Amino acid sequence: MSSTEIKNIYYEGRIKVPYNWYVGEVGSRFLVNLRDNKEIWGIRCPGCKKVYVPPAKTCWECFIPNEEWVKLSDTGTIMSFTVVHYRTQAMPKRDPIIYGLIKIDGADGSFLHILGDIDPRDLAVGLKVKAVFADARSGTILDIKYFAPVYK
Amino acid sequence: MEKIAIVGLGQTKYKGSREETFDELVFEAVNLALSDAGAEIGDIDNVVTVSNDFWDGRTISSMAVTEASGAWDKDISTVEGDGIFGTLYGMMRILSGSFNSTLVVAHVKGSEGEMNLITNAMFDPIYQRALGIDATSSAALQARCYMEKTGATEEDFARVSVKNHKNAFGNPYSQLPMEISVEDVMKSRKIAEPLKLFDCSPISDGAAAVILSNKQGLKRFKKDPVWILGVGHCSDSYTLGYRDLTNTRALKNAAQRAFTMASIKDPMKELHVAELYDAYSYMELLWYEGLGLAADGKGFELIRSGATEMTGDLPVNPSGGVLSAHPVLVAGLARLIESTIQIRGEAGKRQVKGASKALAQGINGPCGQAHGIIVLGS
Amino acid sequence: MGKRAAIVGFGQTYQRSSRKDVNGRELINEAVRSALADAELTINDIDAVVIGNMDHFEGINYVDMWSVEGSGAVMKPIMKVTTGGTTGTTIAMCAYYHVASGLFEKVLAIGWEKNSESDTTGAIITAFHPVWERPNLGGAVAGLAVEASKYMSNYKITERDGARVAARERLHALNNPYAHLHQEWMKGMKVEQIVDLLVTSEQNQVLAYPLRMSDMCPRTDGAAAAIFASEDVAEKIVPTPAWIHATTNRHNYVYLGDLDWNVNETLRDSSRKVFKKVGIKDPLKEIDVCELYLPYSYAGLKWMEDIGFCGPGEGPKLVWDGITDMDGELPVNPSGGVMSSNPIGASGLIRVGEAAIQIMRKAGARQVQKDVNFAFATGFGGCSWADVMLLGKQKPA
Repeated sequence: MSSTEIKNIYYEGRIKVPYNWYVGEVGSRFLVNLRDNKEIWGIRCPGCKKVYVPPAKTCWECFIPNEEWVKLSDTGTIMSFTVVHYRTQAMPKRDPIIYGLIKIDGADGSFLHILGDIDPRDLAVGLKVKAVFADARSGTILDIKYFAPVYK
Repeated sequence: MEKIAIVGLGQTKYKGSREETFDELVFEAVNLALSDAGAEIGDIDNVVTVSNDFWDGRTISSMAVTEASGAWDKDISTVEGDGIFGTLYGMMRILSGSFNSTLVVAHVKGSEGEMNLITNAMFDPIYQRALGIDATSSAALQARCYMEKTGATEEDFARVSVKNHKNAFGNPYSQLPMEISVEDVMKSRKIAEPLKLFDCSPISDGAAAVILSNKQGLKRFKKDPVWILGVGHCSDSYTLGYRDLTNTRALKNAAQRAFTMASIKDPMKELHVAELYDAYSYMELLWYEGLGLAADGKGFELIRSGATEMTGDLPVNPSGGVLSAHPVLVAGLARLIESTIQIRGEAGKRQVKGASKALAQGINGPCGQAHGIIVLGS
Repeated sequence: MGKRAAIVGFGQTYQRSSRKDVNGRELINEAVRSALADAELTINDIDAVVIGNMDHFEGINYVDMWSVEGSGAVMKPIMKVTTGGTTGTTIAMCAYYHVASGLFEKVLAIGWEKNSESDTTGAIITAFHPVWERPNLGGAVAGLAVEASKYMSNYKITERDGARVAARERLHALNNPYAHLHQEWMKGMKVEQIVDLLVTSEQNQVLAYPLRMSDMCPRTDGAAAAIFASEDVAEKIVPTPAWIHATTNRHNYVYLGDLDWNVNETLRDSSRKVFKKVGIKDPLKEIDVCELYLPYSYAGLKWMEDIGFCGPGEGPKLVWDGITDMDGELPVNPSGGVMSSNPIGASGLIRVGEAAIQIMRKAGARQVQKDVNFAFATGFGGCSWADVMLLGKQKPA
């Protein structure tokens, strides 16, 4: 063997394991309402009365099944936001992408989604926003295109 | 609780990209730990490896490191999560009476995968993943919540970065020792606002190992033991948005368990050094609050006061912390190793004088969903 | 010294090829509720949680974090362990050590899988080295076919012998409402007839010689949960807890090519270790029932030898003599085993749970009639990773 140094080889690979996640009955109802009715529904825990959106089958604080479906408004308040300055393959095509945590009127906690139709300089916690639905909807979280500011 | 000690430790130098394969890194860390302990692989009764299938790009990531971790003809198990949790499990296996010593070894090659895609995969596949959210963008949301709630500023976050990168000069294993100013941080490239380049930890490759022993097993090892005084772990809820991201109740719960076991009533006074998981600069301020070093909402006051600098009352992250080297899964174990080195008095340029009680933190899940705390003493 | 620990409750979902009505978290919740109901405990009684599955099988990173809202682990200590096919038994061992350490009194162990959500073979192939092994590999079936072929050539084993095991597993499953495969056509038939059919039917496709469809395990959606409790409380929770007497595991090699294909070394060594610890000299006589992780039929012959229930090459005789049937001296897999139901992340835990309910005499139609003093459970996975656990009716000394 010669004594010259061997340059390391890099082996490029990609794992391809396709997935189909079952949404379950509760999640399906939520997504179907987005798709067919452009409505956002939450679910209420009989114990602590919290309204969850996205809906959860069981309240994990009380550990009891949630039963009561609650039709929520398509409006809410920005609780947090971030303008993202990088792109990854996981992101839907928007430039720049702005994420928001939105407290949807009538629900507890906040809802993660994208903020749109807004100049990043106008972003502020407390801003009122409204869901803008996609024209082509297929029963996914992206049936909501983004949340946009509601100007009085 | 029967007393368990750390009797050996080893860590590889953390780099943005290492040429070795990950099992070679594991082998390196294990050998360093054995040599540190003055022991041989036969002195180890069982092994706990720490790895993650997504980061390794292979199913049953544990299977790949069996040989490198010296587990031939030994009991072996694998924790998927931070190395601190692996240590907790390794400890339990000794406490059960089945073993006298455990080797815990964690590894990752951040350079081999795509961090954003790998961390995107930790979010809910039905409601959140398709939005493209990942560890950094979710952290940015948490940082904004924290600023809104407490009045902390981006400059406060920058102070953490300045402190930790400077501390890293004292740590030969760290990846990014840097002399930077608050202004440098503020001017650095925007990543996901309010986080800028220097608010974020790097991608790292590395492995680390610790050897645990009970009193009975001590005679096999040459190093003076550093004792585990208290442990605790706890997880908050998961779906991003459900919980208040500025509420550190899971950390408080974990810390309380550890402090109670260790009979610590005033951590700020009784601890001499703390190694915390600052994956992003603002996190260190949040963790101050969860550990009771600062009151809720007042974490930023602590960094401003200088109390957590090397010259302060309670130096935090003399090693440079996670901001200076972030081998995922390894980083919490590295915090434990650094705390042990402090108590041994072997910390050289980063030594906190007279350190005899230390705390190490590991986290798991987005935005610090779960925490593991270990309190050590001499 | 640590605490003695016992299983005081076990629950599982009905295992099906696909559960479309629930997502993974909800499936886990079902199993947890079932276990809590079995032990008559509430989630507030649980001190810590251990969970596991194989990440790439559902495409979820950090499953312990993702599952908390279904597992009841919010604001509790939780950790994830995973070791491939042995994940279920690894979870059981982890929960055992949590309790035996004295740090936690009641620990919930959860295993689950939604195999219907992914390409299982695609995911399994990624278990092997990307440069040296993956390009050549045919998934799990291929490796097992190699072992079976070697075994057949070492001793005079025939396809009928493999089929006899398959018949037993599937007949036992008929008594288990939770099992995935219920091959009703086998009811009332003689075993020899079933074997004849299996080895001659053209519909029973050969996958990789000598393995046919009937020799393999299915892909299943399911979840299971077991509650481990410390000696300080176990007997207050149930009158006959299933005590963990000994548990150990072995995993020696990374590459398939390094294995000794003549003997399942890791299973042999871990079984020996556990028997020695408890003082069992004649496992065939002293153990009353087994739940063995048999991913394919020939394992039900060869691994009986490796464990030490009989000598080399004697596996078929043991099985054909009816010793491993429900009314035999050593019933194996009253539940129907992995060959009847395989939610991979749960399969190992189900072996442990099924062994436990035999001791607790809660196994309903699949309860063995004779007195159960010792029950033996195993897990198998990866590159011959073997976990074993010996459970007993008496509190360990």
